[in-house]
Amino acid sequence: MTQETAPPTPATLESPSPWIRRHLLDLDDFTRDEIDTVLNTTDAMKEVLGRDVPRVPALRGKTVITLFYESSTRTRASFELAGKALGADVINVSAGGSSVEKGESLIDTVRTLQAVGADLLVMRHGSSGAPYLAARHVRASVINAGDGWHAHPTQALLDVYTMRTHLGDLRGRRVVIVGDIAHSRVARSNIWALTAAGAEVVVCGPLTLLPAGLRPGDPRSEEPLSLPPVKVETNLDRAVEGADVVMALRLQQERMHSGLLPSLREYATLYQVNEERLARAQPGALVMHPGPMNEGIEISPSLATSLQSVIEEQVTNGVAVRMAVLYLLARGKA
Amino acid sequence: MSPSLAIRGGRVIDPANGVDAVADVLLVGGRVTAVGVDAGADANESIDASGLIVSPGFVDIHTHLREPGFEHKETIASGTMAAARGGFTTVCAMPNTEPPSDSAACVEFVLRTAEAQGVVRVLPIACVTRGRAGAELAEIAELAQAGAIAVSDDGSPIADAHLMRRALEYAGMIGLPVIDHCEDPALSDGGVMHEGLVSTRLGLHGVPASAEETLVARDIALAEQTLSHVHIAHVSTAGAVEAVRRAKARGVPVTAEVTPHHLTLTHEAVLLGPGEAPGGLAYDTNAKVNPPLRTAEDVEACLRGLRDGTIDCVATDHAPHAIQDKLCEFDAAAIGISGLETALGLTLTTLSVEEALPALTIGPVRVLSLGRHVDGLGTLSPGAPGDVTVIDPEAEWIVEPETFASKGKNTPLAGRTLKGRVVATLYGGQVVLDGR
Repeated sequence: MTQETAPPTPATLESPSPWIRRHLLDLDDFTRDEIDTVLNTTDAMKEVLGRDVPRVPALRGKTVITLFYESSTRTRASFELAGKALGADVINVSAGGSSVEKGESLIDTVRTLQAVGADLLVMRHGSSGAPYLAARHVRASVINAGDGWHAHPTQALLDVYTMRTHLGDLRGRRVVIVGDIAHSRVARSNIWALTAAGAEVVVCGPLTLLPAGLRPGDPRSEEPLSLPPVKVETNLDRAVEGADVVMALRLQQERMHSGLLPSLREYATLYQVNEERLARAQPGALVMHPGPMNEGIEISPSLATSLQSVIEEQVTNGVAVRMAVLYLLARGKA
Repeated sequence: MSPSLAIRGGRVIDPANGVDAVADVLLVGGRVTAVGVDAGADANESIDASGLIVSPGFVDIHTHLREPGFEHKETIASGTMAAARGGFTTVCAMPNTEPPSDSAACVEFVLRTAEAQGVVRVLPIACVTRGRAGAELAEIAELAQAGAIAVSDDGSPIADAHLMRRALEYAGMIGLPVIDHCEDPALSDGGVMHEGLVSTRLGLHGVPASAEETLVARDIALAEQTLSHVHIAHVSTAGAVEAVRRAKARGVPVTAEVTPHHLTLTHEAVLLGPGEAPGGLAYDTNAKVNPPLRTAEDVEACLRGLRDGTIDCVATDHAPHAIQDKLCEFDAAAIGISGLETALGLTLTTLSVEEALPALTIGPVRVLSLGRHVDGLGTLSPGAPGDVTVIDPEAEWIVEPETFASKGKNTPLAGRTLKGRVVATLYGGQVVLDGR
């Protein structure tokens, strides 16, 4: 057996906890150990990706179907590459151009994809909770690749992986998430993952873009059914103070039309992550963005491409993280 | 002599007449003729109600029967059978049918179909505005003449305050109450559940409490100005209850109802759902309802409001849907709960029988002045219709939606044990539901 075709060895995939999950829907019930399992597996996958022929047959004979009801560049491409690097057959289905346009329901669509042989179903949908509905109706593993405003667990995993690469243990690290928290699945999944990893999470944005329960003065909820407690700040200068990581979120332009913001100009004045503001953070603080970026709005162009920016690295890590997730879920079911 | 039927030896609770005693109820010729110890000793037939409670038949002033137009969700036949199962002998049918009930022909269709196929009494509610479009008044006088007992654009609030003012004046002149679904569409726009911690957790678009409270406040101001009766449908927030309480204290002609689900369930029902859910989040579309299930504080305020008379009655807002209407993404799911058959059991989870029965009988009758249309409705007074509900308040049962008479199996209560069962329902002196 040549090195190129060797599967990741058990030694590199020693996991601190047994993996028993069938689906990856969100990180809200992940323990710190489980997150470590994914991140350690990601290390092994990065090693695979560094080989001359970045392929292992770990998922040979498995079929991964990506089902995207919303547009995507990086998530979809990285899932496809991840599946192929593991030797799986990967098929991409878009809602546009599929029977969804003929009115096929979500349940019928996922059952159909299972019937054609999907072992793993990677799903993006504009409605929060849609992957949960799919998971109720198929035996295949469902991976949430983004549902509405709710969750984007592989994004949060790659974010945490990228942070860990640079900062090591995240316990006690201050991570500031800036922007449209209310409508952000990236923010929600990161709140869960970072809290589990022991980081201190600060969310920052204008009041109109902070959701109920995550507003200044809201009682710190101890209710088990709400998001974990985070710090909330509407002033970015204060939020960035002493930060180890500053993550800017994409600002969707349509927010201007629904009365949530007066103008992009004013938003950039108050909430743009730029060099001046970053000076208040820890020296060498990481700058992150889940993409796609509006450079000049939520992040200054020069900062996005600066040495402190790990934005491209996030994208690169996305492939390895998604390999780890596909591998663990496929193995967990066996 | 007409055939007589006695319901014997039960605990008769007739809130309208202040009766709570073990007695017989004698029905002759389809009407109540006597209530008293051994009043039914000589009847042709009798039903043994010992150990059970005998109440006037329940009255629901907020029912969606879906016919005409949505017969796959419910029909007048199936909906009235569900009513009988739930102990209701009178239901007021909401006009959001297809076509909407904004013409005499539509009102007459409902009455005629109910007469031919209905199991219990149906009193039609007609539209306030043409086509429920919220732009022009419907011909309210003609609707009243055809048999409408109130007007409402239910499901759609009357967003235009000027039109609401004119509707109150015009309907008030004719003597019909205006029932408003209070929800400011600008504030609730796109919302699918209560705006709060759970909507934030689930990433669902929330409807703030203020969407209801601003319209309740507006309607109170308009009722105060016009001196016309406004009835607030399905109150769901603490602020709305408080607004009605203050308005009543200064004599504004406002009444309010609350649903069994708003008296008992919170927004957590959306998250938890029945049974195990993958990932632990149910996104239970059967708990998607409008107004949305809200917080524990709101539930507590609704209970307090019902107990102190701020809220006048319980109404089901029975909103049946076909299975596929709910078996989809939460955002896309139809709105509403099939409520007739669980109303009693759910209400009794938080209210005593003594509190619940007035709210299910004379309370709703007084709200819409239904006694003007049906003499003695909601009572066991001599001469009242022979509408009687016999219940076992201690009997426990498990909610199995597939056994509902309603075509709408959409309930968030599937699998839940409720206490309080309808044993028999009599309508016009006839047994229409015998669960003995």
